[in-house]
Amino acid sequence: MKFAFFPGCVSRGGCPELYPAAKKVCAQLGIELDELQDRGATCTGAGVLQEKNQFLGDVLNARTFAIAEGLGLPIMVICSTCQGVMSQANKRLKTDPDYLAKVNEQLREEGLEYKGTASPRHLLWVMVEDIGIDNLKTYVRRPLTGLRLAPFYGCYIVRPSDDLEFKLYPNREDSLERVMEALGAEPVDFPGKTRCCGFPLLTINEKNSVQMVANHTMSAKQLGADALVTPCPLCHLNLDGYQPSAMKQTQQDINIPIIHLPQLVGLAMGFDPKELGLSRHIISTKKVLSKIQVAA
Amino acid sequence: MQVIVSVNRFNPQDNKGKYWEDYNLEIEENSTVLDALIKIREEIDGSLAMRCSCRSAICGSCAMRVNGHARLACNTKLADMTDDAGMIKVEPMTNFPVIKDLVIDQQTFWDKVKQVSPWLQSEGPDPKGEYVASNESMNHLAGVMACIMCGACVSDCSALEVDKNFIGPAALAKAYRFVADPRDSKSVQRLGVLNEYSGIWDCTRCYECVEVCPKGIAPMDRIMALREEAIRVGYDNTMGARHADAFSDIVEDSGWLDELRLPIKTVGIFNLPALLNFAPVGLRALVKGKMPAIFHHNVPNVQNVRKLFKRIRNDQNKDD
Repeated sequence: MKFAFFPGCVSRGGCPELYPAAKKVCAQLGIELDELQDRGATCTGAGVLQEKNQFLGDVLNARTFAIAEGLGLPIMVICSTCQGVMSQANKRLKTDPDYLAKVNEQLREEGLEYKGTASPRHLLWVMVEDIGIDNLKTYVRRPLTGLRLAPFYGCYIVRPSDDLEFKLYPNREDSLERVMEALGAEPVDFPGKTRCCGFPLLTINEKNSVQMVANHTMSAKQLGADALVTPCPLCHLNLDGYQPSAMKQTQQDINIPIIHLPQLVGLAMGFDPKELGLSRHIISTKKVLSKIQVAA
Repeated sequence: MQVIVSVNRFNPQDNKGKYWEDYNLEIEENSTVLDALIKIREEIDGSLAMRCSCRSAICGSCAMRVNGHARLACNTKLADMTDDAGMIKVEPMTNFPVIKDLVIDQQTFWDKVKQVSPWLQSEGPDPKGEYVASNESMNHLAGVMACIMCGACVSDCSALEVDKNFIGPAALAKAYRFVADPRDSKSVQRLGVLNEYSGIWDCTRCYECVEVCPKGIAPMDRIMALREEAIRVGYDNTMGARHADAFSDIVEDSGWLDELRLPIKTVGIFNLPALLNFAPVGLRALVKGKMPAIFHHNVPNVQNVRKLFKRIRNDQNKDD
């Protein structure tokens, strides 16, 4: 199994623990990776660049898709935001031939053309759809028995569900819970699981953004979760990095760890927590690790 | 078909507060959620309060939360929503005060719609015949004019959940309808107002409104279009606009995001109070080895990316 790998910016920037964890897990699962950003692919625009110029954002994503088409490989991402922004751009490109032609005009000078065959997918979906839940269980060396985990999807991997082809792939709706169960953990259903972490508001209205962090982390804690698990590094940045601010703003003790999906899978595969970067979190993961008898 | 409709009830005249009440009923297979609620009200419990009128997804009266998301009860098939036990959960919309059971108070909703001056404001003498607008522009507007003001987008809005002052997706979609109307002459002034606190930049881009809108209005896409237009006409000094600018410049320069430069470039290198505000977060990241690299590398062939940015910008400037 081989993918054109798009790690995104945050997995090597603000959440540098994610990139090595994802690579270890992929290697263990027998997923070979050809890195798109080593071949000149750019940031997706994260929806921010699109606020200023959506056409430019679509051209950048079409360029990435064309590079992957050139490699003859499907695209895999490890970020909910990359997933969503790519899927939205892809829908606009695939459903309007005139628009695609206009975008391709911009790529011509570089000798690229997007033919409309890309279908970017998150590692989460690859695990459910390609590896398979039953097969995933065979990689578990350290079952996460006793861990109660709150899934936190991040907006862009669940909405708009049409762009993400949920009708074609209905299993995407509870994919995170099913992976947790395959690893031996117990998913905790909580109201925040598909809500916004507040990250896109952080620079503009920090108070509101931090309040979202407080609401979701506190509700997961009150429902007895040991940690939140997310496939989105931007959600991680906010829920982990700004949890101290959330505690200060709301005068509550929260302190609930936020775990990247690949870290969780790696932990169940038996990797050392340090190798997975679990010591590089703002909110300590020690309590979660001790619950499954692993030293931090 | 046997179903259990669990309704979140509330009556300000008793002291019970909010509570769930389950109704068991036998109903035809192809019934809607509204059919079930009407049957409950008419045959089981006449005290159940709700709003409905057209039963055809035109009037917007019967918006409520079904299984945790806002929907029109009249165009939601009951069988699609029941769980393995044949149960559905029905609640009043959130982000609205509840008057009784499923009936919410819409006063603030309408006040916010009024805030965007939802009427055409043209300049100069009235035309002799009708106002002339291109088919293309009116077809584009038809998408947003299909809004039935049901409030589903407001109910599920993440930003409103933490800030009641946010003007909200319905009012902003309505504002877009006039900003994008070629017959309106107040677009720049409208954008100036929407650019203020609690306006276009307070949306958290969560797509909840796009997901729940029963008419395909995609309010968030309209908000993004308003942001793009606000920057284009010169409202480029808000934190949101500066953030989008900084983000775009960094990607143009190196091909991918430099997370160390982004916040500094957004608030401005001489904005000491804002920079100091980042200090605790930065320090915590530094201690945990999470600080992005000081020396940010470029993607290979970055010159091609820079050329793309420049060419698209020049083309668009020519069009303007």
